[in-house]
Order: sequence, then C-alpha cells, then structure tokens
Amino acid sequence: MSEHILSSKLYWTIWAVLICLTGITAWVSTVDLGPLNTVVALLIASGKALLVVLIFMHVKYTSEKLTRVVIISALFWLLILLGLSLTDYFIRRPGLAGGA
Amino acid sequence: MATAVSIAAEREHYLNKEYGIRSWLLTTDHKRIALLYLASITFFFFIGGFFALLIRLELLTPAGDLVQADTYNKLFTMHGVIMVFFFLIPAVPAVLGNFLVPLMIGARDLAFPKINLLSWYCYIAGGILVLHAMLTGGLDTGWTFYTPFSTAFSNTAVVEAGLGVFINGFSSILTGLNFIVTIHRMRAPGLTWSRLPLFLWSHYATSVIMLLGTPVIAITLVLVVLERAFHLGIFDPTRGGDPLLFQHLFWFYSHPAVYIMILPSMGVVSEIVTCFSRKRVFGYYFVAMASIGIAVIGFFVWAHHMFVAGMSLYAALIFSILSYLVAVPSAIKVFNWTATLYKGSVSFSTPMLYAFGFIGLFTMGGLTGLFLAALGIDVHVTDTYFVVAHFHYIMVGGTVMGYLGGMHYWWPKISGRLYPESWGRLAALIVFLGFNLTFFPQFILGYLGMPRRYWQYPPEFQVLNVLSTAGSTILAVGYLLPMVYFLWSMRYGKLADDNPWNAAGLEWKTTSPPPTFNFEETPVVTWEAYNYNELPALEEVRVER
Repeated sequence: MSEHILSSKLYWTIWAVLICLTGITAWVSTVDLGPLNTVVALLIASGKALLVVLIFMHVKYTSEKLTRVVIISALFWLLILLGLSLTDYFIRRPGLAGGA
Repeated sequence: MATAVSIAAEREHYLNKEYGIRSWLLTTDHKRIALLYLASITFFFFIGGFFALLIRLELLTPAGDLVQADTYNKLFTMHGVIMVFFFLIPAVPAVLGNFLVPLMIGARDLAFPKINLLSWYCYIAGGILVLHAMLTGGLDTGWTFYTPFSTAFSNTAVVEAGLGVFINGFSSILTGLNFIVTIHRMRAPGLTWSRLPLFLWSHYATSVIMLLGTPVIAITLVLVVLERAFHLGIFDPTRGGDPLLFQHLFWFYSHPAVYIMILPSMGVVSEIVTCFSRKRVFGYYFVAMASIGIAVIGFFVWAHHMFVAGMSLYAALIFSILSYLVAVPSAIKVFNWTATLYKGSVSFSTPMLYAFGFIGLFTMGGLTGLFLAALGIDVHVTDTYFVVAHFHYIMVGGTVMGYLGGMHYWWPKISGRLYPESWGRLAALIVFLGFNLTFFPQFILGYLGMPRRYWQYPPEFQVLNVLSTAGSTILAVGYLLPMVYFLWSMRYGKLADDNPWNAAGLEWKTTSPPPTFNFEETPVVTWEAYNYNELPALEEVRVER
C-alpha cells in the first residue's frame, strides 16, 4: 500500500482551474441560455467535483479496492437520490406547490 | 474462582490504567471513548426525556393549561431534536459499537483512534450549540426543520440549532468510516466474513448509511441556514425555490436514519437471542444479508413521509410499493430470531427480557409502518398520533430496548461488575409495561383523528391521553432504575468473571474489564460464529437481592 506523492505544482494548477471554473459559473449565470442554464451550471459543477475527487482525494492513483467500492457506492447513492426525486419532479401536476 | 476474581480486581485494565480528567478527554482508547459517549448520550437522554414528560403533563387535560402553544411547539421540537440526533442515532453504535467492534474482531483498537476521539468532540460541539440554542430562544420548527417555516417564518434559533446538528453529523460520518475500515482491515486471522458476529454485520450496514446518508442532511441544513441568513431561493417558493425539495433531501437521510437507530439494536438482539437460547442463530446468512438489504432498500422509501405534501401521484405509488419491500428483510430477522428460540435452552435473564421486548414492540411498530405505506390509510392518519405511536414503537420500543438489552448483556465486560439481576428483570418489565401504556393509546387516538403537535384537544380524547401520561411516568421509573443500579454496581456489584454468560464471541475471551489493548495475544479464530453446541450450558443466572 504505497502512498502516491503528487507535486505541489499539480495541486496549485488544479486549484487555479477550480477558481477559473467558479468564475465561469458566475459569468455564465449572467448569460441567458434558456433551458441550458441549469445544464451548463451542473456540467461545470460536476467537472469541479470530478477534479476534487480524482486529484485532491487521490482516487485517480489509488489501487485500493475498498476506496473504489466507496466511490462507486457514493455515485450509486447519488443516482438513487436524483432518480427517485425525479419521479416526483417530472410528473408533478401543474398548480401544485413548486410544480412546473 | 474467588481468588481469580480478586486477582482480576487488582489487574491493570482500561479503567484503572490512568486516572484524571485529562486521561479521559485525550484518550484514544475505543473503550474509554465509548464511555465518554455513554455519559454524554445519557445526559441528553434525560434532557430529552424531561421535555417528553412536560409534553405528557400538558396533554393530561384537554385545555392548554400548563404551557402556551408557542412553548409547546418548542417542547416537542427540542424533545425530537435531542432524542433523534443526540441519543437514538449515536446510542448503540457510539457506545456499544465503539466498545465492541474492535473486541469482537480481535483488534487492539479501531482503525483511526484519533478520528474516533474527534467524532466525540464533534458530538459535544454540536450538542453545546443545540443546548445554547435551546436556552436562548429555543426552536419551534419540529425536529424536521420543514421549510418555508424554518427559513422564512420561525422566530427561534434555527441557524444555531441547524449548525449544531450539522456539526454533530460529522460525528456520525467519522464513526461510520472508522467501523467500515476496521471491519474490512483489522479482523483477526481466521475471522472470515462468514464468521462475523451479526452485531458486526449490522454495524457494517449501519456504517454504510452513516457514511452515505449523513452528508445529505448536513448539506441540506447548510442550505436552510443559507436561505434563512442570506435569503437564497432554494426552498422558498417566493424566491423560485421548492419546499418539497427540502423534504426530499431531508427524508433521503432521515428515513434511513431510522435504520441507523434500529439496525445496531437488531445486532444486539441477535447476540442476546443466540446466547440465551444456547443455539446458533437460525439462518445466519439470511440475517446478515437482511442487514445489508435494510441498509440499501432503506434508501428507496423516503418519500412515504410526503404522500400528502403535494408530490406527484406517480411518485407516491412508486414509494408506496418500495416501502413494502423494506419490510421483507425486517421480517426475515424477526422470523429467524423466533426460529432460533425453537427447541433452544431459553433462559429469561434481563438481556433476554429486553430482546423479547424488542421483538414484540418492533413487530408492532413495523406492521403499523405497513399501514402507513398504504396510500389510502396514510392520507387518513398522516400527522396524527397514529404516526407518533408507530415511530415510537420502532425508535423507542425497538432501539431503546435493544440498547438497554445490550447494556445489560455487556455490562460485566464494560465495568467488570455484575448488575443485580432481580432489579434488572424488574426494570425490564416496568419499561415494557410503561412503554405500552404510553404509546398504545396513541394508536387509537391517532386513528380517531387526534392530530400531533397540538397543545390542546377535544375532551373526548382525555381518557386515552391520561392513560398515555400515566404510562410515561411508569416508563420514566423504568429508565431511571438501570441508571441507579448500574452506578451502584460499579462500586458494590459482584466482580464479574471473563465470560459470565458462557457466551460465544471474541469479546468474551479477554478479561473483564479488558486491558487497554484488548488482548494479550492476537486471537486466531478457528470456529464458526455462535458455536453454542460446543460451549458449556449457561449456569442459572445469579439472582441477587
């Protein structure tokens, strides 16, 4: 179980990329993309999360099965949360609280 | 034996190795941290219980004569917040789990001892914030923090209490992380997954929920705080938010949180039923997999709390069906415990009485849960005392019975002393009777239409409410008794030998109380779990005084 050492340069680069992506999120919120507003914001946020998980949390470099199982389980649980919530949001009748 | 016992009294163990407050507050010994949790959750239990008694006193008469409506709102909120987040969720895992997980797998400690101590400090920090919130304005949102009331209307200390629960959540996450890594990595040679005690399977399943569910409520409470403090439009419909989004996120964690409470107690009951039946548990693999099944399916059912909240009918149908599914693994456990008793050499000692109490009360709580999973019945009884009775049968009848059963079962190992058995049996009976007298009338009240969370009610409901209040005072006596005789036994109880129940399991193969690093030598496991057919019969349990 050897520890993978990353250079501090890589960490700073990833940090700069995250800051840039945050800036882009703020900027893009001022542009009206219609139905793509949420999609673009979520794509940027997912990209940032991916960078944090892969680089900062060292998941890209791990060979630990347990770590992989935890990551896959977390994604599966996120899928449950989103998937089952959408059974409500996609089919909610108009006129009810929060309905489309 | 007397000589061996007196030698044990002078032997160095985790309790007498070091003295002084510093040795406790900076300890990384999982057993001492378990006792820190024991003291803390007992403190919160009695505060939460005090609020419960005030609620029951107010409901003794139909008029709102003891407190005003606003105060009553704060009473049931503080009762709920404290009991759920600061007692029921940590009770079994943080006390018994912390103490027993390393002992049961033959390890010297948990995988991350410092993180274990950090979890206790998170718990304390969260607890102090919530207590401070209660003393400076209180909280009146209900333990559910429902929006938009919590974010836009409540005049109470929502931000502080929300942050307290948020910080406390990390205690849960850290404990779950520690258990998962410890059970994966630190099992003694020969202790394969198929030889794991069911207590560990249930704690493993619980840890999965803690690790994957708790972050969701943590971030949800942060969003509540942000909306309240900075007026972000997340849940508030007047700012483009959706209040039902809060309910989805809240219950995504808070329904599985019921399984955080009940699964560890199920593990306790598995240990007790096998020990006091002198039999291997019936259907070991089914019981073990039922724990995992409950942990996973438990995440598919949350919106049955929202059937009348305005979500889509299609979603309600899906969640109704899924809610029935989670009853299957729960029923497997109940049937298998019952089958374990069949032709067993059953003895009715105190832990077994609590286990019987658990099985009966959990079954009633579970079956009434199926009523609530049915859409038509749920519409009728939503927000009535039927729901209150149902979840108290699960969370108090189930979790607390399991917790008390476990405390009695492992008390000789924890303290090195025996509790007075006759007092133990009496307390178990008082708790069982007091519990049923408190909560069974509430099923009837709810079915007749008495809503929850009101400080006054129509006079025709008074008889059942008086019965419930009478039961709550009996229940309080039942809960006070063990605290008194446990404390008494620490000084005056008979010294326990290493395995007073002749029980299987590695924790009984070390001394009572265990040394700081648990085992003199790493044990090697060559036997199956619950090999009671190879162990001597249980002597008649000593009845003292």
